[in-house]
Amino acid sequence: MHGVAEPIQRLIDALERLPGIGPKSASRLAFYILRMPNDQVQDLAEAIATLKEQIVYCNRCQNLSQTTPCAICSDPSRDQHLVCVVEDPLDVVAIERTGVYKGLYHVLHGAINPVEGIGPENLRVDALLERLEKEPIQEVLIATNPNMEGEATAMYLARLIHPKGIRVTRLARGLPVGGDLEYADEVTLSRALEGRRDI
Amino acid sequence: MRANSHRERVYRTRAIILKRREQGEADRVITIFTPEFGKRVIIAKGVRKPTSRKAGHLEPFTHATLMLARGKTWDIVTSAQTISSFRALREDLDLTAYAYYFSELLDAFVQEEDPHPELYDLLLDAFHYLEQSPNPALTARWYELSLLKLAGFSPQLFQCVRCGQHLQPETNYFSLEHGGALCPRHGEGEAEAQPLSLNALKVLRYIQSQPYAHIIRLQLTPGTMRQLEKLLGDYLRFLLERRLKSKTFIHLLRR
Repeated sequence: MHGVAEPIQRLIDALERLPGIGPKSASRLAFYILRMPNDQVQDLAEAIATLKEQIVYCNRCQNLSQTTPCAICSDPSRDQHLVCVVEDPLDVVAIERTGVYKGLYHVLHGAINPVEGIGPENLRVDALLERLEKEPIQEVLIATNPNMEGEATAMYLARLIHPKGIRVTRLARGLPVGGDLEYADEVTLSRALEGRRDI
Repeated sequence: MRANSHRERVYRTRAIILKRREQGEADRVITIFTPEFGKRVIIAKGVRKPTSRKAGHLEPFTHATLMLARGKTWDIVTSAQTISSFRALREDLDLTAYAYYFSELLDAFVQEEDPHPELYDLLLDAFHYLEQSPNPALTARWYELSLLKLAGFSPQLFQCVRCGQHLQPETNYFSLEHGGALCPRHGEGEAEAQPLSLNALKVLRYIQSQPYAHIIRLQLTPGTMRQLEKLLGDYLRFLLERRLKSKTFIHLLRR
């Protein structure tokens, strides 16, 4: 952009690298930041600057955390025999919100996607297998997303873990709360029928 | 652009879901293959929310009827209904790996907006066959040769591609550059040509010319299967000038 002072342009360029932010949004954000009170700008700058320094991967569950092992891994009240495998850190947040789950986690940081060239070697699968050797885990609950990539990942993990004699479970699949039966696809519906429960 | 304004704003098509990637908060950009328009990239909004009515109908390998509305960059899915979900392909990891490979191979050979109804039927047949295949690797070789034929790259397996002489029952050669077999006289001089055993040549000819029901009954040794896979893999990589990513996953599972 012509006629914009260099420091502003630098910020615009930096913001433009973020996902979903085009040149217009970037300049709007840059000028907004320029008009923000000094302390808020300091806060924002500091939050960004310290992010990379203060966040580490928990060496046990591979989740993003301030400490390693993370708070969940070092909580003795959690069930040490049960580990829930998820794709992303945000999935841990979602499951924690339910308040129902009391076991440990393992974050893969993605799912197998053969057409994108993402294989198990790009995920934290080895770290999981290592844990299964070292820790007294009796059940692995696979909570990858219920889509093709998540299913492929789940099937792959099950294939690796079964020979170890450890129980492998999969999050149940069925109809979503607030959903509509007539719009359900046949795979979801047939799984919901198979997994029916007494009431 | 005048012609475009006369096109209907909403249209219906059958489609096979080839691949998809996440976009924004809850959307997916999906590559579909249709009989009428060939390959087309579309967007499905809100399909990553659990209550989406469309999500389950837009998973990879699904054969579905879609309603699409014209959009600026991508057409937008307004509704989706599964015709066949090929469930067996989703519930067996080896078959899943092959289904990914079949999709990626077709995606690599076709351009957007280039209709190819025969290839559409081929992929549907391939998914159907794969679901009950006693030998997925052999189904894959049939699919590769059928796709090459429809795409106009069928390898010449009866005459030497250099001299036109009928191939004799002996070890001949296969040239990636010439797209076919070479007799020993012409093959030995070609640096890039690889030996082609009589057995492999016969099997290739058989797959190229016979109906699938006959082909899938072939009992081949692991050695022959490996030869065929390598030869066709090399040929496809030569034509596409790249390696297909999903192939790596098939190999990984075999280990």
